[in-house]
This record gives sequence, structure tokens and C-alpha cells, in this order.
Amino acid sequence: MLLQIENLSVHYGAIHALKGISLEVAAGEIVTLIGPNGAGKTTLLRTISGVLRGSSGQILYDGFPMEMMPPHRIVAQGIAQVPEGRLIFQNLTVLENLELGAYSRRDRHGLKVEQEWIFHLFPRLQERLSQQAGTLSGGEQQMLAIGRALMAKPRLLLLDEPSLGLAPALVQQIFKALVEINRQGTTLLLVEQDAYLALETSQRGYVMETGEIKLSGKSAELLSNPQVKKAYLGQ
Amino acid sequence: MTEFLQQIINGLAWGAIYGLIALGYTMVYGVLRLINFAHGDIYMVGAMVGYYVARWIPQGTGLASFLSSLLAAMIVCGLLGALIERLAYKPLRHAPRINALITAIGVSLFLEYAGQLLFGADPKFFPNLIADKVFLQWHGIVINQIQVLIFSVTIVLMVLIHTIVQKTRLGKAMRAVSFSHTASQLVGINLNAVITFTFVLGSSLAGAAGILVSLSNPKIEPMMGIMPGLKAFVAAVLGGIGSIPGALVGGLLMGLSETFVVGYISSTYRDALAFLLLIVILLVRPSGLFGRSTAEKV
Ligand SMILES: Nc1ncnc2c1ncn2[C@@H]1O[C@H](COP(=O)(O)OP(=O)(O)OP(=O)(O)O)[C@@H](O)[C@H]1O
Ligand SMILES: [Mg+2]
Repeated sequence: MLLQIENLSVHYGAIHALKGISLEVAAGEIVTLIGPNGAGKTTLLRTISGVLRGSSGQILYDGFPMEMMPPHRIVAQGIAQVPEGRLIFQNLTVLENLELGAYSRRDRHGLKVEQEWIFHLFPRLQERLSQQAGTLSGGEQQMLAIGRALMAKPRLLLLDEPSLGLAPALVQQIFKALVEINRQGTTLLLVEQDAYLALETSQRGYVMETGEIKLSGKSAELLSNPQVKKAYLGQ
Repeated sequence: MTEFLQQIINGLAWGAIYGLIALGYTMVYGVLRLINFAHGDIYMVGAMVGYYVARWIPQGTGLASFLSSLLAAMIVCGLLGALIERLAYKPLRHAPRINALITAIGVSLFLEYAGQLLFGADPKFFPNLIADKVFLQWHGIVINQIQVLIFSVTIVLMVLIHTIVQKTRLGKAMRAVSFSHTASQLVGINLNAVITFTFVLGSSLAGAAGILVSLSNPKIEPMMGIMPGLKAFVAAVLGGIGSIPGALVGGLLMGLSETFVVGYISSTYRDALAFLLLIVILLVRPSGLFGRSTAEKV
């Protein structure tokens, strides 16, 4: 297993946001995580990245425990995140955002390769390299957030609602890019509101509600699960 | 007219020093959203360090002993800044902001009274490293050697800071951190290292300012940082706190207006001016001259 989470609990003060979550991601997979607002999806991704600390449980990455590792070392180990709300550095240029994405890397030569690959995925970024990132459109900002995460050359990419607030055509484009990123060997853990699209794109999925995993299985099975259909697919 | 131009030169020299101190306020505010009220006292420590170093060095070496006390003050103040951040502010990183603010006032008082204990409460006289000789005279307008030194050191330090912040990897990280701590951590920036580095930079500038001031106002004592600290803070607010060019411009404006008040009105109002300015800025343009008008990010 590339990522193995066992019995993870996270608290915000007295609020018990994750109540003993267990979840696995194998190398090469696309795994999706769906759940209603406030279920704890963002909390989970931030805990994996080390920005939040769990109160108990284990996070194993490639078999090594990660719970105590500071966030910048987790990135250096190969886990990058496209955060909720994108959080691109609005006061910096597009190019500077990409450069910062590679902050944990020392191999100057490899950076060019990553950049070319990102421009291939999102040609629009290349045209706007010297533009202030804050002036990009919502879709372009999402492309930049993904590009920035790719600059770290991650083995595992965590994505927190990459389709949020984007027009359908753009969502399609983003998901096409995600599939291509996965084909190049990056494992994806994808949090999505658009449950149908997410399950269509992934091999396996988890359903999370109020801090607990309620269902898990092959995406195709989840898509035909009556509970999932009712709650997430509006059928 | 001559009088007026002379005031401008004096005001700019004075303002350059405010600008150096204001830079430290603004950089620390940028990465932590904290007003480091101990910053003025770090400037005092810079002057004290310079005093002891300069006394060690044989007299008559002028520029060399000036440069060595400058360097020593910058290094000691940089380390002191890092120490303060680690011991006083880091444990409060996730506490409500008012806690850190109150702590900053506590650190400031601590430095002032520790300074009295360590250096004595009585004023000391900074050695006369650079003679107060005329450097240039033009139609009755005088620029003296000390002013030339103040301008040169300030320009060199400003260019250095600008290059670090705009061009280097660490500078980019500083700007990223000032936008969002979470986003910075998620791209692999070592948040603690960047914050410490920011304190080192800002505090070493305050140390440099302490030396520069002592050249023309040699009377130094442990409370000397309070007023310049407050005024540089107002200068940083005037320029737009968080903005690096703003700190410089704010400092220069502060120095100029102070010199004009003293020259044309009365030196009695000199200290009142800073507070008057602060009130006016907060009423008219709280984000300052160069401040971002966007809502503050948390
Ligand atoms: N900083 C915080 N302090 C206190 N409670 C928090 C904090 N952040 C999140 N929570 C709470 O933790 C729970 C999980 O929040 P989280 O953001 O992880 O949900 P989510 O599944 O990502 O929701 P959404 O789909 O709306 O993004 C919620 O009840 C939320 O109110
Ligand atoms: Mg969320």
C-alpha cells in the first residue's frame, strides 16, 4: 500500500472531526472520497499533509509512519496537495507559484521537465507566466493549483474539490488532465462534490459522513449502490 | 530656500533610519500578522553592542571600527530576534492574536529593564567613530560625513533586502508565507525556518539603525528604543504595514515631517507629530500608502 491510514482521529478542540478513519490507497490508483459538507474530507487531507495533527491512529506512507513529520518533509517525501479553495499565491506571478511548487526539490534539471509537462496539460498557464496569479480566472487558478502541486513531482497527489465553482466544460478538462496525470504514474486521492464524475473517474471510493467511513468499495459498485444513488447521485 | 533644502537633507537622513526600523516591523507583520513591539528595543541593543565593540577597537580607525560595530550589532540583533521569536512568539502561533500582542509588549519591557540591569540605567556616550565633518557643501547646503554614511548604509541594506525578497528562494518563500501559512506548508516550505529568517533580517536592520543613530546622537541608554520604535511603527503603518517599499517611504516621510516640525514650528511638537499622523492615517487611509486594500487574509 502506498498510503495506509489506520483508525485516525482528529479533534478541533472539543470537536471530534475524524472518528477513527481507516483508508488505503495502492500505488497507481485513483481513489475518490465523497461525503456531505462537514463530513471531514478536508480535515483528512490536511492531516495526511501534516498541516493538522491527529490525536490517535496511524498514517503509513510506503510503510513509514508520517504522523509526526512536519509538512515540508511530507512534501519532500512525495505527497503534494491541491488544497480546497486552491490557495494559490495571489500576490505572486504564475511562474513564481510554479517555482514555489518545487520548493522541496533540489534537482534544477528536473524542474524544466515538470514545467513542460504542466504546459502540455494546461497550455493556458504558459501564456500567463508573468501574470499576477490573483488576476487569473477561477479555472486558470485551479489549473495553476494543480500545476503547482505537480512541480513537487509527487507520487501521491491529494486533491480537495478540484471542480468547485467551475463551468462543466472546465470540469471536464480538469478531469481529463487528472486521468492523464494518473497515467503518468501519479497516484490520486480525490475529494469531490461531483460524486458521479469522481466515481466514474476512479477505481475505488470511500463515502464519509460525520467523521466516519460509511461505505467503501469499487467505484462501479458504489455507483450502483442504492444508498449512494439516493444521497449523492440524486437518483 | 537654502534653509528649506537643508531641512530636506536632514529629514531624509533621519527618515532613512526610521525606514530601516520600519522594515523590521513590516516584514514581521507580513509573515505573522504580529506587531513586534519589542522591535524598538532591539534597536537599542544594536546601539549598545556597537558601543562595546567600538570601545574594544583601537581609536582612530574610523570607518573600519564603524563597519565592525555595524556588523556586530547586526549579527547580535539578528540572533536576538530569532531567540525572541522562538521563545516568546512561536508558542503562541495558534493562540488568539491579542495574546501575541500582549506578549510583545512584555518582551519589550523585559528588554528595557534587562538593559538597565546589564548596561546600567545611566546614559553612555557612543564613541565618536566618524568625525562630524562636512562632506559636501553647495550654495550653503551642507551634507556631512555622517549623513553620507547613513545614506550609503541605508541604500546598501535596502538593495540587499529587496534582492533577497524578490530574487532568492527564501525571499519567495517569505512572500508565500505572508500570503498563507497553510498554502506555504503544502508546497513544502519550512514555515518555522522562514519565520525565523524574517526575524533575523528585520532585527539585524534595527541593529544597523541603532549604530547609525548613535553616530549623530551619541547619548545611548536602555530606554532609547521606545520613541524611535513607536515612530518607526507609525512609519510602517503610514507606508502600509506589510509593504516593504511602504516602510521605506513611510520612514522618509516621517523623518521629513519631523524635521520640518522642529525647524519651522517647535521641537516641543516633535513627538506629538507621530501620534497625530497615526490618528490621521487610521481615519483617512487605514491600509496606508502602499497597503493592499483587500481584506486581511487569516
Ligand atoms: N478550524 C476548525 N475549527 C473547528 N472546527 C472545524 C475547523 N475546521 C473544520 N471544522 C469542523 O470539522 C468538521 C469537518 O470539516 P471539514 O472541513 O473537514 O469538512 P469537509 O468534508 O471538507 O466539508 P466540505 O465539503 O464543506 O468542504 C466540520 O464539522 C467543521 O465544522
Ligand atoms: Mg472540505
